[in-house]
Order: sequence, then structure tokens, then C-alpha cells
Amino acid sequence: MKKPVRKRSSFSNQLLKIGSLSKRGLAGWLIIVGAILVIAIIVMTAVSPWIRPYDPIAINVGPILAPPSYQHLFGTNDLGQDVFSRVLSGGGVMLQVSLLSVIVCLAIGVPLGLFASYAGGVPDRVVGLVMDSLYAFPGLVLAIAIASTLGRGVINMALSIAVVYIPSYFRVIRSQVLSIKETSYIEAADAIGARNRTILSRYVLPNIVPSIVVVATVNFADAILTAAGLTFIGLGVPVTVPDWGLDLTSGRRLLTSGAWWVIGYPGLMIILLALGFTLMGEGLSELLNPRLEQ
Amino acid sequence: MNERTADESHLLTVNGLTVEYWTRRGKIRAVENASLTLDKQETLGVVGESGSGKSTLGMSLIRLVPYPGRIVSGDINLEGQNIRKMKDEEMRDIRGRRISYVFQDPMTSLNPVEKIKDHFVELIQTHEPKVSKAQALERANQLFRDVGIQQERINDYPHQLSGGMRQRVMIALALALNPSVIIADEPTTALDVVVQAKILDLLNTLRDRYGMALILITHDLSIVLQRSDKIIVMYAGRIVEYASSVDLYSSTQHPYSQGLLKSIPNIELLDQKLEAIEGSPPDLLNPPKGCRFWPRCSFAMPECRIEEPPLFETKKNHLVRCYLYKDETNDQ
Repeated sequence: MKKPVRKRSSFSNQLLKIGSLSKRGLAGWLIIVGAILVIAIIVMTAVSPWIRPYDPIAINVGPILAPPSYQHLFGTNDLGQDVFSRVLSGGGVMLQVSLLSVIVCLAIGVPLGLFASYAGGVPDRVVGLVMDSLYAFPGLVLAIAIASTLGRGVINMALSIAVVYIPSYFRVIRSQVLSIKETSYIEAADAIGARNRTILSRYVLPNIVPSIVVVATVNFADAILTAAGLTFIGLGVPVTVPDWGLDLTSGRRLLTSGAWWVIGYPGLMIILLALGFTLMGEGLSELLNPRLEQ
Repeated sequence: MNERTADESHLLTVNGLTVEYWTRRGKIRAVENASLTLDKQETLGVVGESGSGKSTLGMSLIRLVPYPGRIVSGDINLEGQNIRKMKDEEMRDIRGRRISYVFQDPMTSLNPVEKIKDHFVELIQTHEPKVSKAQALERANQLFRDVGIQQERINDYPHQLSGGMRQRVMIALALALNPSVIIADEPTTALDVVVQAKILDLLNTLRDRYGMALILITHDLSIVLQRSDKIIVMYAGRIVEYASSVDLYSSTQHPYSQGLLKSIPNIELLDQKLEAIEGSPPDLLNPPKGCRFWPRCSFAMPECRIEEPPLFETKKNHLVRCYLYKDETNDQ
């Protein structure tokens, strides 16, 4: 009875049919590869307490600055910590921070973008102005400024990253709402006497979900890098928490002495995680929203 | 005509309706001093070319003239109630329940992310919150039978339906709450000729079955001639001729209406040349002084350029805005 859905417009069907992703050409493969990367890293971080060979924050578990060997697969750092164990566990903070920041962005950016741009006029101007002034700052600089005011910690990092990214949500949502607002099905909804809140929740929102998903995925990738940056300059987490960004800081000094593994492996993990989210974002954006070309 | 007061014996009475678009370059009077009446089970055709104000007239009846348009004067009475004075909340209840609107483009008038059945449930529950989803679906199924679409297609998304089916869905939606008036704004423009005829006949059949009135807005005089009881011909924001369709066809009076009639191809008169009306409609920011039509009119007289003619009632219920008929005025 129900016919297979082929067009782009019913996006939920597409997301559910992961099995058919590989038949969707490059975009499908981008999503598959990205998702595998991301899921693998999440699983790795989650099960790390059981599979890591050493305690990641214990010092002197081996010789200082030993190169990779069977004992210490990724070598050891200048404190004698096992780099492999730190790589296994070090993604936790970053994943938490990026997830939290995306949630905050969604919770603030989406309603703000929807209401302001649907209302138009003064609300649109005012919110747009605030967003544009936030947008004018270089993202990392603004995040550093906010994070240094708020202090360390996962939540503070997430908040400072969220502030930086809310304007991108607002912009994408605004552009979508402005075009959807003019379509005839919104006019038709008006003509059947639908209320504004019904129009927003049942007509506008479902139609912009694809774009939101794309922005959120890109936001994930950026949040990872920003979180790494914040930790790198010491605004992130205390040294008692294993973190890739932190390892970059300590490994930087050691690079000149030839200990590439201290910084190399955590750096690679950050790249892989950000790459995973970026690939997913690119794939989704191509698949779900042919119009979104930024 | 304009002096007449709201007559409660009619289903819908519009009196002296003027709608303006307040643009940066100036005010555009898209509809000026329009008056009309509509009775139950009656079809009113509104004919005019692009920019004549016919759609604006339709939209103003449910007070949804797009920005920057506004109704500046006139009264709209629906079953004795003045729509123009209603609060927004009351107006919202009128839309869809008592006056519903069928839009020009069925391809984009349905929400692409909702199934067809959800459109019905939403519409019905918007106006009758107590109706359960199952009851709403029951009604939707009945409507689907009426407009002649297979029952199971109600589970489809809009993009899975053809243009004709989507327009049938739009009509079913318009009928869902049993309104007194349906305004169909170019309901068949996006459809091919065969489907066009079917949709129009369906509208008239349903009009009789549901006992409502129909306003058919179109640029194509030929499709309303057979299917309307009364016809309004609009030109540059003015009603130029208002008559029963029989009168309009058999004793066309306004030169513009005559031009429209001559431009309809007729397969029985193969040797007749198809005539076009020369020129194009005026810019409403700077309308011509006098009659709006005189620059294109082959009967233009000196007085046409000085003052705009009023509507002359040449015989009962036949109004024409042209000085050619000033001496034929029937009553008064």
C-alpha cells in the first residue's frame, strides 16, 4: 500500500533508511564513513575504563618519554604516563563539551531564529543585530574570552562554545524561515485559520529540520576543535582529567626533543573525530538540503 | 449600486470595497469601490487579466490581503455579520470554517512534510477541538470519496500525488468544515485542460451537494461562462461589467468584455479571426485620467478621458461602467 519514498522532501524516511545510504552515491558514503569514525571514537571512549592497559592519569607507569613499544603502544610522555591509555580515555571531555554545546545551541538558537524571523519587523532586526555582532568576533577569540570569564569546567566550556555558534543557527534558520514564510502552503494555512503557533510548529519547523541537522553536525566538528583549543591554552579541564587537548599542550614542548608520539596520537584523534563529524555534515547537507550551500 | 445598504437576504454582500497596496512608490488601488452580492448555491465568476485586482478582491474577503495591502473602505457582510469589523480571533474562525479558499498552485499549497490525512486532522481540529483524530479521519475519508480520489492515497505525502489529485485534495480540505462560501482562485491554472474541466465540474457538483456558494476567480472567461450564474469582469481594479452569465454572453456591453469574448477560440467558427485587445493594462500607480480602459478602447469618446464613468444599470442586474450606455439606464 505504501509506496517507497524517493524524493528529498520526506527527510525522516531518508534518515531511517541507513541501509540504502550506500546507494546514494558520494553523499551516502560520506555519511557512512563519518558515522563509523564518530561511533568508533564514542564507543572507544565509553569502554576505555575496561580496555586501557594503564591508568591514564597515573604517573611513572613506565619510563619517561619512551618511544612506542609493545609495552607502551603509543609510547610514554614526560611524566611517564601511558599515551595509549590517555588516547583511549581522552575523548570524554571533548564529546561531553560538544554534545552539551550543541544542545544549548539547539535550545536557544532554534526558537530564537524561528520566532524572530517569523515575526519579522522589529524582533527580527533586534535579534539579527545581536547575532551579527556576535558573529563579527573571531569564534575562538570570543570563546576564549567567555571561557576565561566563566572559569574552567565542562559546562563552562560548552556554554562559551554555544554562544559562539548560536548565530550560525540563527542565520541558517532565518534564511529558511524567510523563504518558507512566503510559500503557498503557509498562505493556505493562514486561509484555513491556523494559529501562528500551529504554523510555526507544524509547517515551518518540520521543514527546516534538515537544515538544523546539518548545522548541528558542523557545529559538533567545530565544537571539538574549539574545545581542544580551549584546553590547549589552559581554559579547559584540570590536569587530573585525561584529555587530548591537554596532551597537545604538554606534548608541544616535547616535540623539539623528538618525542612526536606524545602530541601525534592525541592530535590524530582530534582530527579523526572532527573529520568524522565534518564528513557526516557534508554528506547530510548534500543529501537533505540541496539549497544549503555555504 | 454603491448606495445600497447591506442586505441580509444575501449570503455575502460586499459594499464599496477598496483595497490599496501602500508601496514605497505610492498607493496602488488594486480594488476600487467594488460591490457584489452572492446567494446560496450560486457561482460567481470573477474575470480579469493579471493585475486587474481579482485575486486581491478574493483575498480581501477573508481579510488576508498580502502585505503591504490593506482594506481602506467598504463593508463585507457574511450572513449579516460584518467581517471587516471582526476581531482577528473571530476572523480566524471564519477562515476555513465559513469561507474557505482554494489556491492557484496545488503543487505548493500543501505542507510537504505532512501526510495528506494530517492536513485534514489539523484543519478539523483547529476549528473543532473536541473532534477526535479518528472522527476527523472518518470525515476525511468521506471527503475523499466526494472529490474522487482513492481512499488509500490519504496516507501519502503531497509529493506522491499528481497535480490534479492535489487540487482535489485542496478542494476536499476547503469542503471539510462545510463552509458557506468557497473562493477558488485560479484553481485550474496549473493543470492541463482535461483535468481543468473535471476539477471545475467537480466544484460545481459539490457546490450543489453541500449547498454552498462558489466564487470562481479566473483570467479565462470561457471557463466561467458555462459554469457561473453571475460574472464580474474586472479591469485595472474596477468592476467594469457585472451581469448574469447569460446576459454577459448574449448582450455583452463593455468594450473590454466584448474584447475578452472575441479572444476566445471557437471551433465552430473556424474562419473567424481571433481578435486580441491591443495594448496592455495601465500602471496603477499612474492610472489614466477618466475611464481606465480608454487608451485601449476603440469606442473612446472625449468624455471618457475626463471623468471615469459610474456603473450604469442598463437592465435589471446588468451593470456596466461605460458611457456608451449612459442613456440606457433602466431604473433610477
